Amino acid sequence: MNADTLAFRTCPTTGLKVHRPAEVLIQINAVTAIVFLLVGGIMGLFMALTRWQTVHLLNEEWFYRLLTLHGIAMLVAWIIFFEMAILYFASAILLNSRLAAPWAGWVQYVLMLVGGAIVTVEVLMGRADVMFTSYVPLAASHWYYLGIILFAVGAIVGCVVFFATLMVAKHEKTYEGSVPLVTFGAAAAAIIAIITLAHGAITFVPTWLWALGLIPMMDAEVYRLLFWGFGHSSQQINVCAMVSVWYLLGTLTTGSKPINEKVSRSAFALYILFICIASEHHLLVDPGLSAAHKTWNTGYFMHLAVLASMIHAYSVPAAVEVALRKKGYTKGLFEWLKKAPWGDPAFSSLALSLVGFGFLGGISGVVYGTEQLNIISHNTLRIPGHFHATVVAGTTLAFMGVTYYVLPLIFRREVAFKGIAKWQPYVYGLSLYAFCTAMMFAGGFGVSRRQWDMTGVDAPFQVNFGPVVDLTMAVVGISGVLCVVGGAMYVLVAVGTLLVGKKINA
Amino acid sequence: MSISSPDRNWWDTPVHKEERLWIILALTWSILLTLAMPWWHVTGEQNTSQAYSKMTAVEFDKATDRFIDKYKVGEEQGTPVVAPPADSDIYLRARQFSWDPILKLKANSSYKLHLSSGDVNHGFSVFPININFEVVPGWDNLLVVTPTKAGEYTIICNEFCGIGHHTMIGKIYVES
Repeated sequence: MNADTLAFRTCPTTGLKVHRPAEVLIQINAVTAIVFLLVGGIMGLFMALTRWQTVHLLNEEWFYRLLTLHGIAMLVAWIIFFEMAILYFASAILLNSRLAAPWAGWVQYVLMLVGGAIVTVEVLMGRADVMFTSYVPLAASHWYYLGIILFAVGAIVGCVVFFATLMVAKHEKTYEGSVPLVTFGAAAAAIIAIITLAHGAITFVPTWLWALGLIPMMDAEVYRLLFWGFGHSSQQINVCAMVSVWYLLGTLTTGSKPINEKVSRSAFALYILFICIASEHHLLVDPGLSAAHKTWNTGYFMHLAVLASMIHAYSVPAAVEVALRKKGYTKGLFEWLKKAPWGDPAFSSLALSLVGFGFLGGISGVVYGTEQLNIISHNTLRIPGHFHATVVAGTTLAFMGVTYYVLPLIFRREVAFKGIAKWQPYVYGLSLYAFCTAMMFAGGFGVSRRQWDMTGVDAPFQVNFGPVVDLTMAVVGISGVLCVVGGAMYVLVAVGTLLVGKKINA
Repeated sequence: MSISSPDRNWWDTPVHKEERLWIILALTWSILLTLAMPWWHVTGEQNTSQAYSKMTAVEFDKATDRFIDKYKVGEEQGTPVVAPPADSDIYLRARQFSWDPILKLKANSSYKLHLSSGDVNHGFSVFPININFEVVPGWDNLLVVTPTKAGEYTIICNEFCGIGHHTMIGKIYVES
């Protein structure tokens, strides 16, 4: 045997050449992502049981502390670790190539793990009660900012490994013509990631130096501007990665083919060009930006990114429809939809992710991102209602769906607990729909986000939102608990498969 | 397949007419929404601040204290109650974890409301009408406000400002 055959195996299902060092990195990043999902999910349970005013489980100190950790573990750690696995998969595996520099992949992993661990410890020790946004001058310990910086540097290294692998594959001619659409989408996500992480560096490096006492604090408004260049743009990485995963899931579950490569790829290019600018909608009710600036940035430019999402919203389901019609489901308008593989958790995840992201997350985002409507949405529960629809019902559910194929293809084990797996996307997705809708509804009455108590207990004046809002907050609590059940089902299937899943022999 | 390289001529594949129609509809809708944003700004009666300025916490403190001394009419829960005349500059100071002073305003009169913070970021949220603005230290977020309905309004802080955040509740009275 020569070194080449040792480093590669051939996947019996797809015929793809799998680079073993890349495979190990995909495995370790995916497993770490799921561990953080578990941590964040437990925090989520505490959040739901505290904001449900009748239960009101945690005290104020621990509510704010665990809310900070919930945000970091989910928005940052779970999603970005999983995205690293996607980047390595979309480059080395899909292009039949070796990973450019596996050692650099390990640098990525270790930096992100150390950074994530530092942040987790600092938050749990009560040295960083600052929320995910950590707006200055509210201060965390300097270790907290260092942890974020290390994590971000690790993610940049991962993006560099991805691009280097694209170059290696091109140079070594491991594929013919253009890269596959999924790889193209992942590349768009990686470009947005570089823009995002550059904003992260110019936000957090000065903040870290300030926390160390070395330089004066930056202007609070400038921090908000720079932070959202990082904080919201990082959600655009998720959008881009999620849409790539939608195309991937369409192909894996129904054998679909993009209906027009030119259109889908151009839409990814629109994301790269316009989506990051829209991050400024966080500053719509702030001092410091003129109306012309606000309407231009969040109007014209954001709508071009929205156009891209509208294009994907057509082409992903259309591709699935064409594939299913080719299988003979041609009766009437909707036979293809009725006969779609609804029992395949990867397919139901795709469908629920698409509808949740588009109808709940996307539409609410465009509405709340309008100058005047932001006045009645800013910092109310409408905002977490919106982003749980995009990031959780959208991105997280899509990532869960793809896991059901990653397990046999990359971990080479049959999915265990098939019955639980079949129902998992429905429990998770549908309870999220209820959760997000209830939050947006409560936000419409002015209920604040990130608030331990909304009645004015211990305050000089009391607030009474009335029975409708109390009921809505109970729906938030109950559906939140159901989301956690759906998330636990996912973790159970994933971990169960790794421990007791039947091995697939090549 | 989205996981394999496309045909060589993928750029020259024509767009199907149904997909083209969808793109045209979506683009038209995006352009209409884009034009609506400035139009709403010009014709709308409730816009964001257009007259903000930088102001240090010390300057803002002095201006607020002067304002309270000039128009104070009483005290409630240890917080001064202030009744300024119509069309005047009024000040509301946010600090961990209080809003001061308590404002007593006249319905259908206009005021220039200056909002700023003495320490960290805060959120100005008026209950029950659900109006929300960001309060940032070092910046004077100036809003022209015209209360239209008499009653008691509560100011809730909706930007996390520390462990006592949820106790930061203030008051505005509007008299007819």
